[in-house]
Amino acid sequence: MTVYKASHIVPIRSGKDERSRVERNDEWVRVERTSAFKELMRKKKAFILPAMIFFFVFYFTLPFLTAFTTVLNATAFGPISWAYVYAFAQFVMTWGLAYAYIGQANKWDDLVDDARREAAQGSAEGSRA
Amino acid sequence: MSTTDITAFAFFILIIAITLAITYWAAKRNTDTSHHYVAGGEITSWQNGLAISGDYLSAASFLGIAGAIALEGFSGFYLSIGFLVAFLVVLLLVAEPLRNLGKYTVGDVLTARFNARGVRSASALNTLAISMFYMIAQLIGAGALISLLLPISFNLAVIIVGVLMTVYVVAGGMVATTWIQITKAVLLILGSIGLSIAVLAQFGFNPVALFAAVESEVGREAIVPAPPGGLVPGLDTISLNIALVLGTAGLPHILIRFLTVPDAKAARRSIIVATWVIGGFYLLTPILGYGATLLVGRDTIAQQDPGGNLAAPLLAEALGGPIFLAFISAVAFATIVAVVAGLVIAASSAFAHDFYTNVIRHGEASEQEQFKAARYTSAGIAITAIILALLLQGANVAFLVALAFAVAASANVPVILLLIFWKGFNTAGAIAGMLTGLISSVGLVVLSPTILGDAAIFPLTSPAIVSVPLGFLACYLGTKLGGKSAEREMREGRQTSYDEIYVRANTGISNIEQEIRESAPETGQRTS
Repeated sequence: MTVYKASHIVPIRSGKDERSRVERNDEWVRVERTSAFKELMRKKKAFILPAMIFFFVFYFTLPFLTAFTTVLNATAFGPISWAYVYAFAQFVMTWGLAYAYIGQANKWDDLVDDARREAAQGSAEGSRA
Repeated sequence: MSTTDITAFAFFILIIAITLAITYWAAKRNTDTSHHYVAGGEITSWQNGLAISGDYLSAASFLGIAGAIALEGFSGFYLSIGFLVAFLVVLLLVAEPLRNLGKYTVGDVLTARFNARGVRSASALNTLAISMFYMIAQLIGAGALISLLLPISFNLAVIIVGVLMTVYVVAGGMVATTWIQITKAVLLILGSIGLSIAVLAQFGFNPVALFAAVESEVGREAIVPAPPGGLVPGLDTISLNIALVLGTAGLPHILIRFLTVPDAKAARRSIIVATWVIGGFYLLTPILGYGATLLVGRDTIAQQDPGGNLAAPLLAEALGGPIFLAFISAVAFATIVAVVAGLVIAASSAFAHDFYTNVIRHGEASEQEQFKAARYTSAGIAITAIILALLLQGANVAFLVALAFAVAASANVPVILLLIFWKGFNTAGAIAGMLTGLISSVGLVVLSPTILGDAAIFPLTSPAIVSVPLGFLACYLGTKLGGKSAEREMREGRQTSYDEIYVRANTGISNIEQEIRESAPETGQRTS
């Protein structure tokens, strides 16, 4: 009984003959070369790379400052130290970045559909030629 | 037996009854390997988000962090931050590619690219090691907790939890495990919100007043970070934080949760749900911890359990008497059995699906044989974990969980990231990276002060700052020095072409010929 949705993978079969493997690879390359896929990857990189760098720096600054200095021990307001303010800011950062990501990623889904259509068109034209 | 015991028993029995009812219901649906391993890929993102929270908020979170903040102040809160922020790594880098490449296990994700039994075996070994450390920690925690709350012995408590989790997993598979996680997550949220409201009610519903009370009664050192202790303790803090933030992205029982949803979009949404639940819970941990400091007292907490693990239950008793204590203890119990059930699924699927079906049987076992192997292995893994937990009774729970995170960060994360992002990666690099990460993280812990005391050869208690870079380095050196180039492996059929991995990981397209045909315009039907 098969219950997989479309996104479930087709397992690799070893021993598939060389030609069908090369043909199948052409299909992947066709998707890879579509302008929609290239735009998808460009947008992904433009978001994820700076986001990861920002978040690692922001995250590790807290343990670094508390492990080697006492600057965060100063009072921010009332009994609350800057260390706790920074710690709570990490929660805000996590939710902020998560929503920024999901806002972008939901737009990327359309590019995936475009890439699929574009590759299909290319493949249809290829076989007519 | 006192009335407290009777109330506690009643709550425990109620929890056991609910979870067994779920298992009975799920067992009817647990009819094949796909349902057993990943609930047929039919879990919605909301359900999965709650189930991830259930898997993630273990006894270490609920009991451990509250206790650490109660006894040590700010440094206990690091665990809360690290455990939550780690989900950004999962969300931004691994969840969607994993959903797009995997089927049942982490090993499936790796063999989506590498057509080698060595890769699958190494991955199964890592999953078994990580899940085992984690599982033993949970079982020891369960034994300690239950034997303190109820008049039964440690050994009996471990065996009860062990038998329950075996029944859940063997009969109900991933369907039962998922719904038990959801039930437990809801209970845990209700319990911690209830406790927090009761604490804040004592301070005019003003969290700042709670901090002020801690400052005036215990001293300012309870609410500021500990003073810097020099280079080695400083590096140890950084090392612990590396393990926390990267480890989640390598924990098999969390990663396989992304294979229970239908697509990458659902994987993405389920993380958002999980970060709200998990983050919301961790935001409450200072209230629980400091509440216990003030209302129970550090001496009393440490006297009951030097690790502080009973801070939350004791706080419940101080605020709401025996009934509240019994309720919170039952929540802690549900927390532990649910997490352990999730770990058994992860460990047994690594063994049955990766090792038995694909390495020993070359992927040729029938569906019936696979399903049977999955169930036998679940029982085997559970029994092994019970025996190890009974033998290691005195081991420190937080230490074992930290070890699981460090191994996950060192052995799984480098290979998963490079698989998705590095075109030149090859089989030798993947195997070298996984084994080096595993051996170096476990090895460094064996050489650390935690095991060797003053005779320690490696000065840090947390190995990640060394073992994570070693894992990456071994992936790189293995690729450059060992075996054939990625190009040649592709030509020989030992590696899937990176074009395919790259497109598939980023788009979720799986069956390329069919999907392209389906989205082709009517006139463009291929005729060849």
